Amino acid sequence: MSSPNTPKDGQVETTGHVWDEDLEEFNNPLPRWWLWTFYLTIIWGVAYTIAYPAWPLISQATPGLLGYSTRAEVATEITRVETANASIEQRLVDAELTAIATDPELNQFALNAGAAVFRTNCSQCHGAGAAGVQASGYPNLLDDDWLWGGDIEAIHTTVSHGIRNDLDPDARFSEMPAFADVLSEEEIAQTADYVLSLSGQEHDAALAAAGETLFLDNCASCHGDAGEGMRDLGAPNLGDAIWLYGGSREAITSQIVAPRNGVMPPWTQRLTEAEIRAVATYVHGLGGGETLE
Amino acid sequence: MSILAKHKILETNATLLLVFAFLVVTIGGIVQIAPLFYLENTIEDVEGMRPYSPLELAGREIYVREGCYVCHSQMIRPMRDEVERYGHYSLAAESKYDRPFQWGSKRTGPDLARVGGRYSDEWHVDHLIDPQSVVPESVMPKYGFLRDRKIEPGYIGELMSTHAILGVPYTEEMIAEADADFRAQIDPFGDTDGLLARYPKAQVRNFDREPGVSEMDALIAYLQMLGTLVDFSTFEAVASR
Repeated sequence: MSSPNTPKDGQVETTGHVWDEDLEEFNNPLPRWWLWTFYLTIIWGVAYTIAYPAWPLISQATPGLLGYSTRAEVATEITRVETANASIEQRLVDAELTAIATDPELNQFALNAGAAVFRTNCSQCHGAGAAGVQASGYPNLLDDDWLWGGDIEAIHTTVSHGIRNDLDPDARFSEMPAFADVLSEEEIAQTADYVLSLSGQEHDAALAAAGETLFLDNCASCHGDAGEGMRDLGAPNLGDAIWLYGGSREAITSQIVAPRNGVMPPWTQRLTEAEIRAVATYVHGLGGGETLE
Repeated sequence: MSILAKHKILETNATLLLVFAFLVVTIGGIVQIAPLFYLENTIEDVEGMRPYSPLELAGREIYVREGCYVCHSQMIRPMRDEVERYGHYSLAAESKYDRPFQWGSKRTGPDLARVGGRYSDEWHVDHLIDPQSVVPESVMPKYGFLRDRKIEPGYIGELMSTHAILGVPYTEEMIAEADADFRAQIDPFGDTDGLLARYPKAQVRNFDREPGVSEMDALIAYLQMLGTLVDFSTFEAVASR
């Protein structure tokens, strides 16, 4: 092996630069594999700009010979899936809501599709397992306590239009008034104790007895004489010890003084009818679904 | 060696070297800069886009200040999985009034480009105060302090003027009415005609249910309008984009 400092005469060119009398600069050729790879990348680069959208021009970029477009590709991809599911989705949309559960194939499709829709769009509030967030205003969908109705048609309506939102004129609507200015502090305390008594919780019997009349005068029009609730108004059953905003004396008092009125967004603008029916079927099938009378 | 020999002429003549070096840099500059003059042609022609209302703009400032973009993108890419999860892919037109844009490059949390209207205001309040209370697996930090920090709109007119210099079409009327519009958007019982005329689709609510305008009000107002402006029923995708 020769020393790199001593070129074999006539084999390696020098650049012609000479320093300190004999210090020359070799002009060794690049390895051939490297050189060819380099030329290939140049050819590849040019070919790429011809084949794919590349050069920006005045009105738009060069479209490229292959006609590739990410937006066209995603449209094709979505169309492919929509076409594949078109017939069963059409059946889902055409079916009576109550008939979906009795058609095994349709039911299976709806449950699976609905589970995906639920995880993507509903789980943030109602929880990944649909158990809601206890006493925070996000209803549990697993139990058989329904605010606005638990049959498939009621669930379908709730999902479609939502609750108390200002995006959908058909949204379910009701508003519990604030009683801070209507009842005195003492009366509010009496009403709260009466509400506690309805679900058999620990309460002050004297306060609760005084609260009964107040309840019948102020609350019964929505929550019912026995506190059984009213689904047309989304008024919760106060006797079942299932609480939307908590069942402690403090939580009940706070709800009477300055009520929270939960909001659910409408989904008709984000989901297709088939997706809404699928997720309604899924929620109905979680355990608390009621049979339509 | 002939080309090297010619190059030697350049190497030994400083003025000539300067001229040719400048020529090379100019070509590189043109390639990078010239397309920017035709940037308009990348922005789709869509209906519904408008500049941010004063309250939304204040919320956007808080979004930027708190570094939300570090974990949340605002860019739905044209891919099936993203379109099915988040909605229609983002258009250039949708961030044309963003100075700077909030596309982001990292998703620790979900994309927020179309989060507007997806959750209730109450959810946003609960979630900002304690994200794990509604999404147990979340790693998002708590932002409850935003509700305690009240903001005054004093600076918002100047901020809008700055955005106007950068090309956002804020009119003099919008800038003059900035303070009033800022307060009007938080008061559902007030006079909102002017606000809604200037900023169609602006959502008027007391977002955090507390009196006064807090940073949380502004941030939720911003989040609730994200992705809600463009009317996609009139949008047609141009295949070459």
